[in-house]
Amino acid sequence: MKYIDEFRDPKLAASLLADIHARMPDRPPDNPLKLMEVCGGHTHAIHRAGLPSLLPDALELVHGPGCPVCVTPTGRIDDAVVLASEEKSILCTFGDAARAPGSKGSLLDAKATGADVRVVYSPLDALALAETHPDREVVFFAVGFETTAPAVAATIVRARRQGIPNFSVLSNHVLVVPGLKAILARPGSKLEGFIGPGHVSCTIGSEPYRFIPEEHGLPIVISGFEPLDLLQALLMLLDQLTQGRCEVENQYQRAVQPHGNPTAKAIISQVFTARPHFAWRGLGPVPGGGLRLRDEFAAFDAEERFSLPGKSVPDPKACRCGEVLVGAKKPWECGAFATRCTPENPLGACMVSSEGACAASYAYEHRRQVSWEKATG
Amino acid sequence: MMTNESLHHPKDPSGDIENPKKPDFPRVAALQQKQQRSEKPNQPRASSRFRATHVTMAHGAGGRATAALVKEVFLDAYGGRHLNRLEDAAILPLGRSSSLDSSLGASHLAFSCDSFVVTPPCFPGGSLGRLAVCGTVNDLAMAGAIPSWLAISWVIEEGTPIQTLRTVAHDIATAATEADIEIVTGDTKVVERGAADGVLLTTAGVGICPAGRELGAERIQPGDKLLLSGSMGDHGMAVMLARGDLAINADIRSDCAPLGKLAAGLLTAAPNTRWMRDPTRGGVAMLCHELAAAAEHSVLLREQQLPVRPAVRAACELLGIDPLHVANEGKLLAVVPPAETEDALAALRSSPLGKDAVLIGEISPHLEPIVLLETPFGGTRLLDIPVGNPLPRIC
Repeated sequence: MKYIDEFRDPKLAASLLADIHARMPDRPPDNPLKLMEVCGGHTHAIHRAGLPSLLPDALELVHGPGCPVCVTPTGRIDDAVVLASEEKSILCTFGDAARAPGSKGSLLDAKATGADVRVVYSPLDALALAETHPDREVVFFAVGFETTAPAVAATIVRARRQGIPNFSVLSNHVLVVPGLKAILARPGSKLEGFIGPGHVSCTIGSEPYRFIPEEHGLPIVISGFEPLDLLQALLMLLDQLTQGRCEVENQYQRAVQPHGNPTAKAIISQVFTARPHFAWRGLGPVPGGGLRLRDEFAAFDAEERFSLPGKSVPDPKACRCGEVLVGAKKPWECGAFATRCTPENPLGACMVSSEGACAASYAYEHRRQVSWEKATG
Repeated sequence: MMTNESLHHPKDPSGDIENPKKPDFPRVAALQQKQQRSEKPNQPRASSRFRATHVTMAHGAGGRATAALVKEVFLDAYGGRHLNRLEDAAILPLGRSSSLDSSLGASHLAFSCDSFVVTPPCFPGGSLGRLAVCGTVNDLAMAGAIPSWLAISWVIEEGTPIQTLRTVAHDIATAATEADIEIVTGDTKVVERGAADGVLLTTAGVGICPAGRELGAERIQPGDKLLLSGSMGDHGMAVMLARGDLAINADIRSDCAPLGKLAAGLLTAAPNTRWMRDPTRGGVAMLCHELAAAAEHSVLLREQQLPVRPAVRAACELLGIDPLHVANEGKLLAVVPPAETEDALAALRSSPLGKDAVLIGEISPHLEPIVLLETPFGGTRLLDIPVGNPLPRIC
């Protein structure tokens, strides 16, 4: 496949891996170098390529909170389930958000008991449903970082322009920079560098990450999503660390500009404004961590339009998601991992979507004692 | 076992049928019903391990949820010697004095059934009728049997155009001729509008197992090779794209085909073939997990060897779906001893249905029933079991 295979070349990967091993600083096994990939898409790509089995033992990739489905708080999913269960409503959402568990089941569970829940592939599909079903209330359950927010904002602008009265959005949009600040503010963080998100940075650019080197003295390299992108970004991080540099670097230059995408940023700020606090599942309240609709768009804001329970539901006590998200614990060091908390019945944020740290670990590596050598005899 | 072809899909907005009896708050109503039920003294007690209270689409997707439903509800109620094996076809011994035995050289019969709902009923490369024949024929063929007799049961929604039935019936006839199987009995039911989605077909088939053909996971040895008869994911992606929700146009056709002759050719060339299955729901990934569990050994796959057509790969890439998880309806996966690998591959490749057959992996001496994938970079990872229906990822 053109423009994909070039970034999956096994020979180039082998040469990058050799460089990574050569430039890896000496670390004792009890003090590994912990680097976080922030984005759930990166977590997924790293595991799919089998990179953890190829990297130095003393290099530990910590899977960050960049899976928007995972961090959507339980109480918000409960609100969506209530909305979906109203006879007049059609609740639309993206595929993996429909699986995320609330305190009384997921949207797919609600669908099984009669709610009209539909998986759509674009917020515009939800708007089209509102046009063809004028007697129904069509609510789009919006989940995502700055990556998906522009498309949702554009849909809301179009709904207003076309005067569609029965369409609204329940916004759970989250912002990556406040999330990173919350992680860096958490006690127990042993992170020494970041692989910065690729798609989010297409929108916001590389500039907003400057606080990481300037205020925290840590390097960050924005990366693409292919195996070669990720290996090169890791090598760039190692180079910064061994050369004593600490900067924002951009490996994903074919997509990310320093100031991002001005059109996308403009439409986000036209439609949305930051909430004072938004509770992230696993992390708790994050100052400025979420987006709500501006007052001018209140007619399209499901929170304004319907009376919702709006209850905050605490994370289960057994969950160690907060520690997993800052690299203080590995997924399998949580007592609930793979026992009470599985992809079918996720307890915590990190197990919810396939991009969550624990779900990826469960799917791809949870029986780490089994090595390829052992299996091949 | 049962097949549910219907992935979740939003109904066509123009043809949406409202349910007039839906209560104001269905979830609350459902909870109330559940409470009333649990107060009845003679209700069978729910298994403590099976926590679901309602059927979701995941229960029909062939993954872990399906397995749990079958085990905790169906086997719990009527499990038995043959059923507990959970094979796609049951192998039933004939009596010693059976005339079939003497006239056909058969020692056993294979018996299988399958139900089919698919939206849309016609898709590039296949249709509901073709699928209904091929599904059962293939279950019999994978058991080593010669598919011989087929029964077809129709459940038809009131108002379905007769022309639709003619089309489905024509496809059934064509596929049955291709598969060389005789349709010998059937049933017809019509249900009220709304009680079924168009046409539901159930087929049951009987095949003859020639004496000496013995397949079974217990025969699998470490070092045995895994052969796949062609590219992965064509059927599932063809159906997904044919629904039109994704607005992706691609030249992807279902591989839906009867595998009886391909399997017979393989068994002639490689008489010590250990095990065969067709990777339908849940794709090659799900089947390899079933293989690992049945063989009580690890299964190793090499990603670089896995055949995927470029258009299928591109569509999967766009949607964030792994072709290993996508359904096939005209492929077989066989475990053969190393000494017969070349002959088996040559036999598969000599048929149009198996011309792209490849060696994709092997059985490991390791006893843990897991599936390991070696990536093109030389890394290894566990191959995940699909949970529920494949859903496009958000980012």
